[in-house]
Amino acid sequence: MLGEGILKGLAETARNFAGSFVSADRLTTVQYPEQRIAPIEATRDFPFLVYDGADWEAGLRCVACQICEKECPPQCIYIVKSTDKKPDYVGKQQFYPARFDIDISVCMSCQICVEVCPFEAIKMDTEFELSTTDRFGGLLHDRKELAKSNEHYHKIHPTEALEVDARLAEEKAKTEAKAKAAAAKAAAPPGTAAAAPQKPVPAAPGETTA
Amino acid sequence: MIATADQIFVLLQHWLVSFLPAVLQPVAAVLLSVVGIVAVFPTLFALAVWMERKGLGRMQNRLGPNRVGPFGLLQPIADGIKSLTKEDIVPLSADAVVHFMAPVVLVVVVFMGIAVLPIGRNMTLVSMDSGLLFFFAMGASTELSVFMAGWSSRNKYSLLGAMRGVAQMISYEVPLLMSSVAVVMITGSLSLDKIVAAQNQYTWGLPHWYIFTPWGLAAFVMFAIAATAETNRSPFDLPEGESELVAGYFTEYSGFKFALFFLGEYVGMLSISGLGTTLFLGGWSAPFSILGFVPSWIWFFAKVMLSICVFIWVRGTLPRMRQDQLMNFAWKFVLPLTLLNLFVAALWRILGDGWQRWALCSAILLLAYGLMARIGMYREHIGPRKYRYAE
Repeated sequence: MLGEGILKGLAETARNFAGSFVSADRLTTVQYPEQRIAPIEATRDFPFLVYDGADWEAGLRCVACQICEKECPPQCIYIVKSTDKKPDYVGKQQFYPARFDIDISVCMSCQICVEVCPFEAIKMDTEFELSTTDRFGGLLHDRKELAKSNEHYHKIHPTEALEVDARLAEEKAKTEAKAKAAAAKAAAPPGTAAAAPQKPVPAAPGETTA
Repeated sequence: MIATADQIFVLLQHWLVSFLPAVLQPVAAVLLSVVGIVAVFPTLFALAVWMERKGLGRMQNRLGPNRVGPFGLLQPIADGIKSLTKEDIVPLSADAVVHFMAPVVLVVVVFMGIAVLPIGRNMTLVSMDSGLLFFFAMGASTELSVFMAGWSSRNKYSLLGAMRGVAQMISYEVPLLMSSVAVVMITGSLSLDKIVAAQNQYTWGLPHWYIFTPWGLAAFVMFAIAATAETNRSPFDLPEGESELVAGYFTEYSGFKFALFFLGEYVGMLSISGLGTTLFLGGWSAPFSILGFVPSWIWFFAKVMLSICVFIWVRGTLPRMRQDQLMNFAWKFVLPLTLLNLFVAALWRILGDGWQRWALCSAILLLAYGLMARIGMYREHIGPRKYRYAE
């Protein structure tokens, strides 16, 4: 009959109306500043720079390669490369960013900077309460504001952070093995040099497992 | 004591006026009533907005506003202050005078409609013999304001919204009037006071409200549908369909002018609810004769606010219609039924007392409704949805 659907609909809204007073678990919203819902693990909004160790400036993984700056679609990253070098996590001398600014009023949270970074140095944060009274300076985050510890990364994205750590450890082990092999090669008598090129390849996995 | 409570505002007015010289008394009395109406209805508007926001929230399993004041009751005041402090923007290419006049015209016209409503016993501001006609004349003038707003803004969305609004309001004005004419035919008067007086009788403690007759119920339902469309309420809120028209005819309004449109819309809702109450729900009369001790104005406002609740309920339930559905519904379904209802009302009057008229009138209306629905659903292919899949 015509009008039946309307009555059914009215009954449905009436049921919701009454039900919201009776059962609290019906309510889909929370009272935000007092109550919060923990963000899900895949949450992401703006990028941050990961550092290892206690000192943020020394521990920054970023080597100022400027790939992210070039790839950033809205061009919100600004990097100034340092003139001197500092050792990175494997001990290799690298440049570091003298300036690293992200304008979060321009950032569109696309995560492309994270995907292109070969050094696992930039990751997505979950911090969203970034409102400020200064819409220019306040929204332009410098490297100090962007630097967050690896522990923070583990806290917000545990699975992803473990993968990253494993990858870095593997990398480090590989480099160390290579260094060791190079050292062994340098130390070995010149007569055995012909057999040497085959040796490091099976030696490397043996080194990492040991 | 009961009589005093019932007539408290009338007595108060008389008492205040008695301080003035006799020459000024009639003018002062009218002014006082106007002040009363202009104070009460915006208050009810604030209450209606609060009810709407809370009610819709609850229907969507939310809490609704709950920050300003207890239960968010002061939210309308906060909204009012906000709209007062906002910048009043007039588009450069807009017709500034007409742009300014549109919300003013709307509010003035809407308040003038209230002047003829019997708010309580002896509480009609202007007791007009042709009160109903005056109300409809004022109600029709809101279309002027809608088109003024749409045209003067010089914005395509405003203009489209205004055109939709005017088309819709004119279409639904007809069934609105026709369903009210049935009441006029039975009462034999256009005076809203007389219409209420005719319903203010009781048999076995039950009132003689027109809604409790077959033609009255049919007329009330169609009046409610037409009134929803007249006030641009969901599901007939096409003129301000935000998904396609930004905000319809008041797209280019901001600050207090926007608030005036908002006020006009809600007071329009209140006044048309007041008219529906007066025509079909017995106006200020009590629902049971034993409840006659409660002041008449309380009954009036209770019925009006109840109608507002139904408006909100419907808004929370139904999605917006399409323009062609809207027009077809008005001209092909509601209008034929209201016309038939006029004949049924005439029949009701001719047949006189007795059970025969109940049976006959109900049968005609039900049959017509069933038939119209069937034909309409058949033509529009409404019914269980058939899905066709690509092979």
